[in-house]
Amino acid sequence: MQDYGEQAMMALNGDEAVAWAVKQSNVDVVAAYPITPQTIIVEKISEFIHNGEVDLEFVKVESEHSALSASWGAALAGARAFTATAANGLALMWEILYIVASTRTPVVMTVANRALSAPINIHNDHSDSMGARDSGWIQIYSEDAQEAYDNTIMAFRIAEEAMLPVMITLDGFTISHTLQNVSVLPDEAISNFVGIREIPRIKLPEIHGEKEVPLMLNPKYPVSIGPLDLYDYYFEHKVQQNEAMKASIPVIEKAHKEYGEISGRSYEPVHMIPYRTEDADVVILGLSSAMSVVKKVVDQLREDGKKVGAIRLRVFRPFPADIIRKELSGLTAVGVLDRSLSFGAEGGPVALEVRSALYSSLSKPAVYNYIYGLGGRELSPKLIAKAFNELLEVKVEPENPTVKYLGVRE
Amino acid sequence: MATQSVWRPNIKELARRELKTRPVESGHRLCAGCGAGIIIRQIAMAARKSIVWINATGCVEVATTIFPYTSWNVPWAHNAFENAAAVASGVEAARKKLSRVGRFANDPDVELDYDIVVLGGDGGTYDIGIQSISGAFERRHKFMYVLYDNEAYMNTGIQRSGGTPFGARTTTTPVGKVIKGKPLFKKPIMDIIVAHQIPYAATISSAYWNDAIAKLRKGFEADGPAFIHAFSTCPLGWGSAPEDTVKIMRLAVETCVFPLYEVTNREYRLTGPSISIAKNPARKKPIEEYLKLQGRFRHMFKPENKWMIDKFQGWIDKQWEALLKRAGY
Repeated sequence: MQDYGEQAMMALNGDEAVAWAVKQSNVDVVAAYPITPQTIIVEKISEFIHNGEVDLEFVKVESEHSALSASWGAALAGARAFTATAANGLALMWEILYIVASTRTPVVMTVANRALSAPINIHNDHSDSMGARDSGWIQIYSEDAQEAYDNTIMAFRIAEEAMLPVMITLDGFTISHTLQNVSVLPDEAISNFVGIREIPRIKLPEIHGEKEVPLMLNPKYPVSIGPLDLYDYYFEHKVQQNEAMKASIPVIEKAHKEYGEISGRSYEPVHMIPYRTEDADVVILGLSSAMSVVKKVVDQLREDGKKVGAIRLRVFRPFPADIIRKELSGLTAVGVLDRSLSFGAEGGPVALEVRSALYSSLSKPAVYNYIYGLGGRELSPKLIAKAFNELLEVKVEPENPTVKYLGVRE
Repeated sequence: MATQSVWRPNIKELARRELKTRPVESGHRLCAGCGAGIIIRQIAMAARKSIVWINATGCVEVATTIFPYTSWNVPWAHNAFENAAAVASGVEAARKKLSRVGRFANDPDVELDYDIVVLGGDGGTYDIGIQSISGAFERRHKFMYVLYDNEAYMNTGIQRSGGTPFGARTTTTPVGKVIKGKPLFKKPIMDIIVAHQIPYAATISSAYWNDAIAKLRKGFEADGPAFIHAFSTCPLGWGSAPEDTVKIMRLAVETCVFPLYEVTNREYRLTGPSISIAKNPARKKPIEEYLKLQGRFRHMFKPENKWMIDKFQGWIDKQWEALLKRAGY
């Protein structure tokens, strides 16, 4: 393996870390619109361009709807395309999220997670990306600035090989605006890892000579992208798209393995990372930065002899149901953290998926859902300890409420 | 005055070019007499190099691509209704970057030297798409936006749009007992576009093929964004005979309902028959001649609705006078 030399330890906030990843990943076109707390990403990229440190086209669009539309156009024209957004910006992209995914276009997007309006609130929760969970994008949630950097780089490999768009999230302010130590690999290492975007090739029909030609907007070999598709084919196309999502699992794993080889950070076992779960009776499972705090609490409770552990889910789409089932079966109780609501549902989006995955297990644990941190509300170690203690004493009784709020005034 | 185009279309040459560059094959599902089909062919005839087409949602998209078929012989992409100009912005940015670094210089299977055309209807342009067009024009992306204006949402069943003219019957401006047709006037889309100070904007009527093609060529050659407002007869939505399509396109110009002009770097210049009407106002035909061929205006010919024709004529006269002033008459 090639030796690229030392990684540089830099003091970066999460947004800057993402901008560094974009700068190093041979991105051709960025199309983005500013929205708090994503703004530093686009500011930093602009700085890189204006200082001649990166050669890319930055389309400073007039809305997020256009940001994703332009990214789609750029990707179809053969470019590696990136965009970033948050909250209402992602909501405005909603229509195009589905179109990008359904045309199998490998756009990479970073979402600095922020609460959706109303009321307007600029702080962190996951209502934005959770709202997009059914749109056909791969979703990977980052725990810290380092992971936001690493995930963004890997996202280009995953998107282009799986031919699916990838959404990388980082918690607004908690990660996006907090200065952390980030190991940045040498430019050459990242450039070689992601390569230049390779255009997928398709086989021409027999009458045209069975040649393999690039699938892009190209006058040499014209294709029609985005046709009307009615009841005689649409259904099959949707099933194929769902199959593509499933088929992305090994692609995601491979990208992590190879990235681990050059960086020392492979985030194995990739889809979810268990923490002190070997002999645990009770586990709290959740996403993103809050899990750093949960792990600290696990350490404290372990000192008191309590058999607790944590699982940080990284890949939410495709949802690793088999792995979750294997990991959680046999436990006494699982607390699932959700930083968003699914109004009117029996719990938040993560809990719904986890409970559903466990249903076919013969030794299923009790599943309790804790909704926390909406609109940036702090999740203190004390609250997490309270949840753990509740789970340790859990009695599985159907009349017990299984969905609770953590840290809300009553 | 703006300089004249050097390139003069020659009909024999155009016929040859059309066979060679034909963007849409026959067998598409556009209605008989649809103006859009003619406009598409004229765009291709005016091409100076290969074209990549971006299509907003609308009649053309629906009628040319039902999976697994496509009528398009050229690279063609459709994303959504309101974002064709944003998609074109991305395509242009990609082409710029990839050409700059010679990405496909050694790949004989890829061609990057192309012009970008966006095709949008009046709904996708006057209404839902205006934001992305405005943004793209402010950013000076090099592409030609062609508005095929059939003056209502024809694809969804003839609902009124910002481009629907006064008095016209649509399914959302029916001719009722109290309100008869659309009570409002057409949005001045060209004024809005020209306010963006883009290098080239023009109106075309396919009936005047040489004028149309010369302008389309100028649009391709413009140093930045270009906008072509193409008048597009819709027999289905207008209640006109398919064989009258070109006649209606001609009458729209002769009545000054749709004058022909171009704006080059903010300088207005009348073209074609609009010049002779400007010089000899007696040549301006009354709008009744244009209206009477279309079922959507039929109610205006009832004696009790005559005021509608007068009101429409008054508005047309004012628009025309304002244009004359801008064009230096």
